Amino acid sequence: MIFIDTANHISALAAKMAKPHVIAAYPITPQTTIVERLAEYVESGQLNADFIRVESEHSAMAACIGASAMGARTFTATASHGLLLMHEMLHWAGLARLPVVMVNVNRAIGPGWNIWSDLNDSLSQRDTGWIQFYASSNQEVFDNIIQAYKIGESEEVMLPVMISYDGFTLSHTSMPVEVPEQSKIDEFLPPFKPAWKIDVENPITHGNIVPPEPYMEIRYSMQRAMERAKKIIEEVGEEWGKKFGREYDLIQEYKCDDADYVMVTMGAISAEARFAVDELRKRGEKVGLVNLRTFRPFPYEKLKYEKMIVIDRNVSPGLGGVVYHEMKKTGKDLYGFIAGLGGVDVSYKDFERIYELAKRGKEGWYPLEVK
Amino acid sequence: MKTAISYPTVGAMGKTGTWRVFRPSLDREKCIKCWRCWIFCPDSAISRDEYPVIDYEYCKGCGVCANECPVNAIEMGREEK
Repeated sequence: MIFIDTANHISALAAKMAKPHVIAAYPITPQTTIVERLAEYVESGQLNADFIRVESEHSAMAACIGASAMGARTFTATASHGLLLMHEMLHWAGLARLPVVMVNVNRAIGPGWNIWSDLNDSLSQRDTGWIQFYASSNQEVFDNIIQAYKIGESEEVMLPVMISYDGFTLSHTSMPVEVPEQSKIDEFLPPFKPAWKIDVENPITHGNIVPPEPYMEIRYSMQRAMERAKKIIEEVGEEWGKKFGREYDLIQEYKCDDADYVMVTMGAISAEARFAVDELRKRGEKVGLVNLRTFRPFPYEKLKYEKMIVIDRNVSPGLGGVVYHEMKKTGKDLYGFIAGLGGVDVSYKDFERIYELAKRGKEGWYPLEVK
Repeated sequence: MKTAISYPTVGAMGKTGTWRVFRPSLDREKCIKCWRCWIFCPDSAISRDEYPVIDYEYCKGCGVCANECPVNAIEMGREEK
């Protein structure tokens, strides 16, 4: 069935169809309409879940951790400063290997107060042990949320999963989305089988003091799980393709086969970049596009093109674009651009301009340094 | 998968009684056997016999028992060792 709705309402629908037992959330722009819709589902009996109204995002994540540790499937959603307030608990969910699923609606961090999109909020959580997905359309938002449960809850992975998408550009923009039947989702997504859980019949303590050597083993185990997650993300994306006709990988390639230059983007601007590739191709330019669907685990093995133009909608002050610098591991020729912070529009015309600049060997902040 | 799970056991972190600075001692004359000390001891270092029994191998000397005792039957004195 085709729904025409905003990414936030689509998120709530996807979360409902994944049948979580517990939702704990706190409202924050531009995420609020997700949890408002979920509250309506619970209130009207369309979703049989406990909806916990908490006093902060830190508590929202703590409640999800507690519920997940009891073996419950959980969901929460946040944005920007709310995500930053969760930071401590994000590490906790990761190290406890609890597959909590969360939507983060990307929004710039203040001051100055700004409700528009850039990716600095979620990228600054990169070391918390969460799998991170990014979406460039509302359809991808739906598909990513359902797949997130299957990937995070895989016994080879057991990690929390964050699904990010741009505030307003997707969160409040209606697009057509194909939504499968509930029975088909149930076939795809088996019930959550926790790797460990709190059980009064078999008492355990979780999070007690751990001496240095076992602590390092816990970290190593998490790193190995992230590496294994690459294979699981591919497998689950392939299975999704077979069942629902839209196949997914860690990256999405567009017209890359004969490309001299490949642009690399993440999030909503990837849709605009795709359009720019079509325009440039009409003029005979051999250019392609890679949309990074996953940021953690980072798919550097798949970024195999000789000349890549990386457009970062984020900045790590004192270093530069986060994706650009992570991609240095590929050893390829990279041209790094920082664009679109705080919701600055990055249109297909801007991508055409960035491509021309890269061809002349330029890089930097667009349009502050190069234009 | 490795995470920080531990199972109930005695003295996982060794004999924590060596950490003690203040030592609780029970005055049996005053004790009314209400067992509040046994309930509140955060390290389960008090067990039940005819009277409460303090396990000095594991008691860290936190003084919660003395604070909870309604008849001041537990006195905290400086550890002398």
